[in-house]
Parts: sequence; C-alpha cells; structure tokens
Amino acid sequence: MSSVRLLVGTKKGAFILTSDGKRENWKVDGPLFAGWEIYHMKGSAADPNRIYASQSSGWFGQVIQRSNDGGKTWEPVGNKFAYEGEVGTHLWYDGTQHPWEFKRIWHLEPSLGDPDTVYAGAEDAALFRSKDGGQNWEELPGLRAAKGHLWQPGAGGMGLHTILLDPSDSDRIYIAISAAGAFRTDDGGKTWVPINQGLKSPFEIPDPDAEVGHCVHRIAMHPSRPDVLFMQKHWDVLRSDNAGGMWNEVSGDLPTDFGFPIDVHAHEPETIYVVPIKSDSEHYPPEGKLRVYRSKSGGNEWEPLAKGLPQSDCYVNVLRDAMAVDNLDSCGVYFGTTGGQVYGSSNGGDSWAPIVRDLPKVLSVEVQTLA
Amino acid sequence: MIRVVLPTNLKVLARLEGEVELEVEGAATQRAVLDALEARYPMLAGTIRDHVTRKRRPFIRFFACEEDLSNESPDTPLPEAVASGREPYLIVGAMAGG
Repeated sequence: MSSVRLLVGTKKGAFILTSDGKRENWKVDGPLFAGWEIYHMKGSAADPNRIYASQSSGWFGQVIQRSNDGGKTWEPVGNKFAYEGEVGTHLWYDGTQHPWEFKRIWHLEPSLGDPDTVYAGAEDAALFRSKDGGQNWEELPGLRAAKGHLWQPGAGGMGLHTILLDPSDSDRIYIAISAAGAFRTDDGGKTWVPINQGLKSPFEIPDPDAEVGHCVHRIAMHPSRPDVLFMQKHWDVLRSDNAGGMWNEVSGDLPTDFGFPIDVHAHEPETIYVVPIKSDSEHYPPEGKLRVYRSKSGGNEWEPLAKGLPQSDCYVNVLRDAMAVDNLDSCGVYFGTTGGQVYGSSNGGDSWAPIVRDLPKVLSVEVQTLA
Repeated sequence: MIRVVLPTNLKVLARLEGEVELEVEGAATQRAVLDALEARYPMLAGTIRDHVTRKRRPFIRFFACEEDLSNESPDTPLPEAVASGREPYLIVGAMAGG
C-alpha cells in the first residue's frame, strides 16, 4: 500500500511525519538536528531513500546532511559553498555595491534522474550544484551574470528560494530570488535570462519595465506542462503560459493577493493553491481566519478552503517553502505554519486536519509519495 | 596533548562526547589546534572558521585560562597551561543576548 512521508524543516530542527495512504494516522519522528534551523529538506525522485537537508545556525554556519535510508540515519556532507571567480558585488540597502557573502542554503533540489546530483539555492543569491551526493559544490556563476550587480536584498535577505527543474528538458531550469526576481536557463545553467516581464511592483521599484528587482515569493509548475508557471509575488498572483516570457495577473477575487507559497494539484494542472496573507506588514490571514484558496481554472476564480482550519483568532503565517502536494490518487495537500502546526488534506483541500500542532516555527514542508 | 572543549551543537555534529584530545605538531597556536581539530573531524570545517577566509565565525569565541583569546592572532602561541593539557581550550558559541 502507498504511504507518504512529510519532511518538515523548522526553526529548531527537522521532523519526519509518516502515514499510510489513508493519511489519517501519523507517526512523528524528531527533532532531528535539534536546535539548528532546517531551512529545507527534500528527497530524490530517483531514489526516495536519498534525502538532503539544509542545516544552519547563526553561530555555526551551514551544514548539509544526507540520508541514504529514508531519513533513519544521516551523515554530514560537504558544506563549502564558495562563489566562483571574483566574488563581485550586488546592490546594498543604501544603494552602494556590496560584496556577495555566503550565509545559508535556503532550498535543495535533487535532480529528477540522478540521486547524486542536487542543486542548492543560496543566500546571498547564487545557485550551486553537487554531482557527488553533496560532497563537493560548484557554483553556476552564469546566474549572477544576469544583472547580479542590480540585485538587492529585501528585509528577509537575498535568498535563492525556488528551483524548478523541467522534466521534459534537462537543460531548462527556473529559479527565483528574493528580491531579484525569476530567471531561466535553457543551457543547463551556463547562461540565464531574467523572466520578469509583466510583473508590476510600483510600491517596491519605480521603473515599470525593470528587468530585475521584483520580489518573487514562489513559483510552481505542474510536471506535465513545464511551460506553464504560477507565481506568488510579494503582492499579486500571476501565471505565465510561455515559460516565463510574459506574466499575467490572476489574483482575481482573492481577498488579498499577498502571500508566500503557491502550489499545483498533482493531477489537475489548472488547480492551484495559495494562502492569502493580509499584507506585507501584517503577516497573518485576513480576519484571523486561516484559509487556503483554490482555483480550478488556473487563477482568477478562487474558492476558500476552510473546513478543519481555525476560523477565529489565527495569526500565523505560511512561509514560501512550507506547502507541498503528494501524488496519491486523491491528491494530498500539506502546509506548515509559523505557529508550528502542520495541516494536511487528503482530498485536494476540501477538508483539513492538523497532523501535528506544536512544532517550532515551520520553515519548509515537502512530501514524498512512497510505493 | 591539547584538550579542546566544543559547544554541544558541534559535539553532536561530530558525534563525540566529552573533550577532544589533540596532538599538535610544532608550535601550539590557535591555528594549529583548529587545523588539527578539522583534520580529525572534517564535518567541523566551516562551522568554526569560514571555509575561504579561515577567519573565526562572528558568533564563535575562543577561551582559555579565563581569558578571551578570540581576537588574538591565530599564530600566537597558546598559554603553556593549554599547550601542556593542564587547562582546556574552549570553543564556545557567543552569547545570544535578547
């Protein structure tokens, strides 16, 4: 029988939540790497027992952990993330140029075909790749050549948080950076182009035609249609039907179009999920009601999904990497909150139940669907 | 023999309990101790000193003999009590404040 394994990164360690395909009863293991920030964990599609974890600390820096047995045991692997060549500079808060400084890995994305190849998104923004299971890392410096000197950190730091690998074309990768925007390579990472046309950020950048500088919070893609992208920007939900060549707003009737995560149903490429957040300064749901919004039309028309979620006095946030969907026939949807709750739905979002309520602040949620 | 005390997080990472005992070739300096420590426990590389600059991470402190050696030159000889193993060399996480 199928089962699912949730990989939950928190402010003070990692947790692994497992259930059979019914997704009613859950086993909670953890904390792993107790006391450390786990920005992200993700398993390999090619070998689900291979899992990578980004472990970091303001005191002790960055560690990468690797498991070869589905998270039962772990070993630290390489943690040397050195920028390639001349380090260079990017725009600083005061308008001056500032040298790139490595701070942490926000996101790990294993290759779709090779468990030993994995990409890592860094703060300060850069893309690294390992081809030997995380032992050694090399930067793909062409990304920072895409107007990197004009990238500027937002309040949360300049992190590369989204890495989408095109399942139909191994040379095509999409990435997104807070607060530089979205970028695409069509040659395996050698060269990159900004893909931010159509984004409007009048309150953050005055130039309506700015190629970079947009605060993209998250991009999602359905594997069957890798040219169709969905984006949750700082404000605005958008879609692109031409691989990021142009974006069109699809916020429609959302109560607010600010938010962080966005994801796509496993079997319905036009069904997408967001979690509206009141505003850029009030990072909690409108009216204190935690609601996921679902569009079955690829945007514009949205419906609130509230059954089983707190509908009063709820003031948590859902961070950009803290939503995931499984691949079971009845698609499971999961998200974690800054209040330490992890909620799951085994019916595409129609109803929800807490899987665990009192974890540390949840930074990321990934799910593995196991045979 | 030099005795090194690590903070709990790094002991867990290196999978060790108690103190580390290191033999250091040549002069017993902070650099020599940290080089020997990282050679024996490669997973600690980058967690105490920056991989590239080899400088102390900002929130790491080095204490010995009731003195803060954090800002001393890494090539200054350690106190004789540390070099001889009578006193430990302490690697600690800086106070968080708050």
